[in-house]
Order: sequence, then structure tokens, then C-alpha cells
Amino acid sequence: MSKLKLRGLEKHYADVAAVDGLDLELHEGEFVSLLGPSGCGKTTTLRMIAGFIEPTAGTIEMDGQVLSSPSGALPPEKRRMSMIFQSYAVWPNMTVQQNVAFGLELRKLPREEVRRRVAEILDVVHMGHLSGRYPAELSGGQQQRVALARAIVIKPQVLLLDEPLSNLDANLREEMRFEIRRLHDEFRITTVYVTHDQAEAMVTSDRIAVMNLGRIEQVADPHTLYNKPKTRFVAGFIGRTNFIEGTSQNGEIAFGAFALPAATLNGAPASGKVTVSVRPQSMRLSRAQSANGGPQVAVTIAERAYLGEFWDYVVTPPDGTMKLRVTTPPLEIYQVGEQAWLAFDPKQMTPIS
Amino acid sequence: MTAAVDHFSAAPPARRFRLADPSMILWIAMIAILIFLIASPMVRLVVSSFQDPETGRLTWANYVEAYGRARHLQALWNTLVFGAGVAVLSCLFGVPLAWAISRTDMPAKGFIRLMVFGAFIIPPYLGAIGWILLAGPNAGWLNKVWIALTGAESGLFNVYSMTGLIVVVAVTSFPYVFVFTSAALDLVSSEMEDAANILGAGTLRTTFRVTLPLVLPAIIGGLIISFLEAIALFGAPALIALPARFQVVSTQLWQFFEYPVRVEQAAAYAMPLLLITIFMFWVQRTVLGRRGYTTVSGKGGERRITRLGPWRFVMLGYALFVCALAVFLPMIVLTQAAFAKAWGRGFSLANLTLQNFHYLLFQQTQAQQAIVNTFVYSGITAFAAIGLSLAIAYVVARKLVPWSNVLAFLCMAPFVIPGIVLAIGFYAAYAPPPLALYGTGTILVLAYTTRFLPIAYTSSAAGMRSVNPEMEEAVRILGGGRLTAIRRVLAPLLKRNLAGAWILVFIPAARELSSAIFLVGPNTRVISVMLFDLSEEGNFEVLSALGMILLVVTLIIAAVGFKAIGRDFMVRSS
Repeated sequence: MSKLKLRGLEKHYADVAAVDGLDLELHEGEFVSLLGPSGCGKTTTLRMIAGFIEPTAGTIEMDGQVLSSPSGALPPEKRRMSMIFQSYAVWPNMTVQQNVAFGLELRKLPREEVRRRVAEILDVVHMGHLSGRYPAELSGGQQQRVALARAIVIKPQVLLLDEPLSNLDANLREEMRFEIRRLHDEFRITTVYVTHDQAEAMVTSDRIAVMNLGRIEQVADPHTLYNKPKTRFVAGFIGRTNFIEGTSQNGEIAFGAFALPAATLNGAPASGKVTVSVRPQSMRLSRAQSANGGPQVAVTIAERAYLGEFWDYVVTPPDGTMKLRVTTPPLEIYQVGEQAWLAFDPKQMTPIS
Repeated sequence: MTAAVDHFSAAPPARRFRLADPSMILWIAMIAILIFLIASPMVRLVVSSFQDPETGRLTWANYVEAYGRARHLQALWNTLVFGAGVAVLSCLFGVPLAWAISRTDMPAKGFIRLMVFGAFIIPPYLGAIGWILLAGPNAGWLNKVWIALTGAESGLFNVYSMTGLIVVVAVTSFPYVFVFTSAALDLVSSEMEDAANILGAGTLRTTFRVTLPLVLPAIIGGLIISFLEAIALFGAPALIALPARFQVVSTQLWQFFEYPVRVEQAAAYAMPLLLITIFMFWVQRTVLGRRGYTTVSGKGGERRITRLGPWRFVMLGYALFVCALAVFLPMIVLTQAAFAKAWGRGFSLANLTLQNFHYLLFQQTQAQQAIVNTFVYSGITAFAAIGLSLAIAYVVARKLVPWSNVLAFLCMAPFVIPGIVLAIGFYAAYAPPPLALYGTGTILVLAYTTRFLPIAYTSSAAGMRSVNPEMEEAVRILGGGRLTAIRRVLAPLLKRNLAGAWILVFIPAARELSSAIFLVGPNTRVISVMLFDLSEEGNFEVLSALGMILLVVTLIIAAVGFKAIGRDFMVRSS
């Protein structure tokens, strides 16, 4: 049985649908990210799960029990969840120790147990030595760890995170991604994580739900999502890509400059227009024509930029109908205007809808 | 809460979850109190102005009676003259001082600023008594000095006149113009002035053509406030206008309350005061607010100081002159009188005594009671106003009820109701049975709470805005209800805001006269009312001593307040 189940969830503000018919199921102990651009409805969805917002339509169930429906919602304090906020919301009037103990005290646990569990969890997040400090005396990263400890210590049914890393600087953000995943591996709390940063989602999540305009475009594990995006939006939002347009006819897909047997592209329609996503690093640029027989096309280098870890080229086939972005390792250098061969790998080309 | 957690049911939850929120009862109760405090007296005021005192039937008779007499109309006219005079004089005092302190190299700025604050703290009726001692015909200090110097037969000044009244009130109300103007001046970038300078305008021309016009809306705002404060004033006009044998609206209203009490006529007669006030605030908001002085809205930018050269001492002289009128002179004579056996005998060791204070604090039980009453009522008022305003600010900020903005409006509404009008409304609503609160401490506390609610609400609403809602949501998701969140997180975080608000309510409540004078009974007299009574007896020594006690306590609390609010820990944590 699924732990958390969102069914046909909708939230309307006046005429605008912030969340527009959303279905999602989480298994016990699963870590799922809601990933999307700002305004896609991901935070609204999270706040509906938390009980701060009532849905306009649809239901939220936990362990088979309805928590939210248009006819009413269990208030947040009765949902046995916990949440980590964008601002951390570590209470400045309480010490680290008092912050973390708060949820346990509300549960009326014996003082001895509260102390023991607070000490344990603070050690887990490496904050044990700072338990007497006030939040104003902590760095942003340390406050984040307090927020994590405070949320986890009560052993919530579901843990919710609302862009928890967006206020940290780049280095710390990278460190905390792994920290969050480590804590999840340790405690296995069912988790919903809201972010607009695809790297964050890919490091932390078991599955990612990519959201756009209040709907989920695709839910999948990070590898599938990147390599087999289903929609144009997902392909463009997760990593960089090229879209090339072709026509499927008589078992062959024609892309202008070259063609592919339809059988090599999984999921391509038998006839009509087809759009294919090709990642920049999935193509090979070379001076000599490759001998392995794969599809290739002669191109001219139109633009280039060196980004340190790789070269970023824009190339155009002779008919000039399309521009393709392709990356190469730092030592494969081409000049603008130079002719080269571009080889495609059909296994890494995905037809999208 | 454990029970609630265990009672998950498989059935879809209904509305009952929201109604089950126990805090909802509190919010509804607070909203009810708010309506009771604000709407009920104002409705009573308007209704009773149209009611026959005997039968309760609707009638125009009260208006006919109130406006049917020439001297009543004369009092209305006098009030307008008085208010306009005070407003103009306040500008003449306040604007130059604000400019000098904000924009020039005048020496002793800190001292002058402190004195302006002093003028703000002194209740107008106390200033008026100081000026009676200074400029009373013949016996006043200034007149005695004049006679001694020139050998003239009679004194030069007579405080018992319209001019006297205007000066006395203007010296206590110019701080409004000062505060408005200097706040605006602090926001005008020097680049505005540089632009004029580079085109060839000199300092003087720049000041008059650029700087002052930029802050004109602020000056007019201060002018309007001075005007409204003046026309709503009761104490100073009663002390000065009545002996001078003329009436203003507030003193005339007071006469309606002499036996037999004619509340209905008073209510009818109070209407112009109420309407003028509402109209003036409307003018300030809409007409002045629309003009696009964008420079006065942004952040300051760099500001340079205008060098006055030798003129800076002329400026300082003018500032000291204003401060002398407002603070030094009245305070010197009041202090002298407080420690004198007879104030007329002058400054000598033989005339020095502590008897006045001893009399007030240890002998006269009425005075003791008035002192206790004052601070007890003001203290309770401060707590009540903050409790209520915080609850309403919370409801508004969290949008817990539909139309919550109406509640914010209600909280701010007393701002446009003159204290004296509010008092008449309270009298009409609560003096008669069934409540029969007249003469009780309760009616005073209720009236004060209403009167100063806008001050408390402004602080509470600002405080609510300063706390990230996530602070509270973090409590709730961990299992605490709204009340837990308020008790454990919100209230501690707002502690300093609320302490500041407490003081801001306490100080004006402790010195409030306009509304108290209509509502006190024999056992609920407060210092301000007692001061007023003592002045009618001509007992200026004891009166001055009592005024000193009020001032000293006010100053101590203000000082504590500044120290407490000075360090704001929210700044560190956010």
C-alpha cells in the first residue's frame, strides 16, 4: 500500500489554477522530488500535503486515510508530519537544544527521553557541540542542520522540504544535498522534496516528478528522466538538449540532412512528424568520417565557447535547416567555419511528445 | 493532542476540523470586543444626537438647540480660528527647527532635538498652567519683569486671550510639524539640491525653491495634525479660554455636561468636530498622497549639510527661543511653584519647601488615589490595547476570517475620533442602564483602550509583518496549535515590539484629560482631572507638584522604553 497518495489534486485561486489535476503516489520510505520552474505549483502542492492549504478538488491520503479533501482538511498539527522551510524557521528565541526538543515536548515524552533523543539527533547532524547556542550565533548551514534535526527527531510519518537549500551558498548547497540523502538513507522517512534545481533533485531523490503549469509532466527515477524524457518540457528542463524535427515514413525517419531506420528509435510513431531530443554530449564531433556505419552528417562550426570542463559548439549541417549544440572534451578543438563530421547515437535519441 | 492524533478516521474529514480549532473561539471573542469598543459608542453617539432625551423618539430638536444660539456658533468659529492659529504658528516653530537640525551646521543640534522631544512629553494643560504663571495679567513672571524693567503700570502680556491660547498650544504641538518635516527632509537626496546648485541657484534659493517644496506634503501633514490636535483639546482651552470669557467647541461641550446633563445636545454639537477631523484626514490621505513626490519615498542617498556661516548662531538663537517658550520657561516656573510655599514670592531659600509633595503623597488621600488610579488605569489600558490589537493583527495577517481588512480599519478608526467626542459616545453608550458604568474605572479603561488602540495596532501589525509566517508554520507542522505557536514563538519574538507599544500607549493614557474629564466619578479621578480641579481652586503650588510627579514618572518610563527598544534582536536573527 502506498504511504501518501494524491488523487486529482487541484487548487484554484480566483480564475487561476495553481495546481491542476495532480496524481502522485509515494511508497513507504520513498524520496520523491517535485521539480519545476517557479510558479509550476510545486510549493502549493507541498503546502496542501502539509495541511496549510485546502485543495479545491481531489484528495490527499496517508496510509489510506483521507487528510485533505475539498470538504475539509486535517490541520497541520494533527498530521504527524514535519517540514523544513525555505527560511529554515529556526526559532530565534530558543537554543538549538530547545528548538530540537520542541516537537518531542509537544508529544509529552518523558524529559529523560527528550534529552536522549535530542542529543542523538544533534550528533547525527554534527551539531552536538553547539546545542547551547542561539540561532543568531549560527551560520546558515548550521541553522539548516538544526532545522533538519528538529524535523527528523519526531520520527514523522512524512517529511516535507520546501526548497531548503535555496538560501545557502553554492558550496554548502552541494554538501547539504548529500547530507539530506545521507539522513534519508539512515532514517528512511517518506519524503517530499520541492526544488527548482535539477541537480539537487537528482542527487537526493528516488524519483522525480517534473511539474509544469500545475501538472506533473513525468515521474521517473533520475536516470530515466534524463535519458528517456517523455515530453519536450522535461527534456528541456532536465539538462540541455537539442530538438530535431523529422518525418516518419515507410519505416524511416528523415531529418533533412540524414535519416534513421524507424526501428532504431524506440517509441517513434510509424508516420507523421516526430520530434527527437538529442543531448549535446551524446553526439560525436570528428574531423574524419566515422567508419562504424552510424548516422552522420557533415557540419560547419558556427559558434564556439570554452567552458573549462568542455567545449560548447554550435554546428550547422550544410542545408542550414537546423542548429545543433554539441560538446567535446577540452582537447578537441575546432575553429569557427571549420568543416567536421557529426555522428549520432540512436540509443541516445529520444522521441518526445 | 495525543487523543486527536489517535482519532484519525477513514471517513473524509469535514468542516469540523476547522471549527475544532480551539483558538477560533478566542478570535471570535476578540472581534466581538472590538466591535463593542468601537462601533457601539460611535453608533450611540450618532443615534442619541437624533433622540429626544425623554421619549427616545427621533427628532431634530437637539441640533436646533445645539446650533440655535449665537454663542454656540461663536464657539464653533472660535475653534476654527484657534485651530488655524495653532497650525500656522506650529509651522513657524517646527519647520525652521527641522530644517536646521536635518540640513545645516547649526550647533547644539542634539540638545535642541532633546528639547523638542521634551515639548512633546509635556501635556498641553501643564504647559498652559506654566504660561498662566508666566503671563497671567500683572502677577505673571514675565509681566512682573516687564513692570520692574520699564516702570509701566501694567503688564505687557495677557495669557487669557485668543492669542495667548494659540501660543500656549502651539508650543506644545509644533513637535508634530517638526517630526513630519524632519523625517521628510532626511529622505531628500542632496542630488536634488546639487541639480539646482549646478544651474546657478544659491543656498537660499535652493532651499526655498527645491528643498522645502519637496517636503511640502509632509509640512502640510504636520499642519493638519496640529490643527486637529488643537481643536480636540480640552485642558488648555478650559484653563485659558474660560477665564478669558470665550468658548471653543470643547469647552462648550463640557458645559453641556453641567447639571442637567444634556448628552443628546452634546452629541449633536460634537458632530462638526468629528466631521472636520474625518475630512481633514481624508484630505491628507488622498489629495496630498496623490502628488508624485517620488524623491521622498525612496531611500536617502547621500546628504550634505548646508553651511550657514555666522547665520548658524542666529538659527541657534531662534531654536533656543522656541525651546524657551515650549520648555525652559514653563518648566522653570512650574518647578519653582512645586517647591514654593507661595509661587508669587519668588526664588528664595525662605520660600523653598517640600510640603507640596508631602501633602500630595502622604496627607491628601484624594491625591494618593488619583496617582494610583492614573497608573493603574494606564497600565491596564496598555495591556488591554496590546492584547486586543495583537489578536486582531493576527487575525488580519493570517486572514482567519473573511473581510479581515474591515477589522484593521476598525482598529485604526479611533485615530480620527477626537478624544472628547469619543468620551461623549462612551457616556451615551455606557453611562445609562443596563451597564451603568459611569463613574467606574471600567469605563475609563474602556475609553482609553479604544482611544489608544490605533497606536497599539500600528505596533502589533508591524510586528506581525516582521515575523516570517514559516516561524509559526514550523510549530504547527510539529504538532502545536495556533495558541501554542503564539505563546511559544510569536509572543517571545514580538516581546520588544510589544514592550515598546506598551510604553507608547501608557504615556498618553497617563496624561489623558479630554476623555477622562467626561467619564470620571468621585472615586476614579486621575491626575489630569485633579490638576484641572486644582487649577480652578487656584492652588498652583500643589498643582505644580502633582504635575511634576506625572512628568517625572512619564520621563522615567519613556527612558526605560528607549533603552529597551533600542536593541532589537530580530535584526540579528533574520
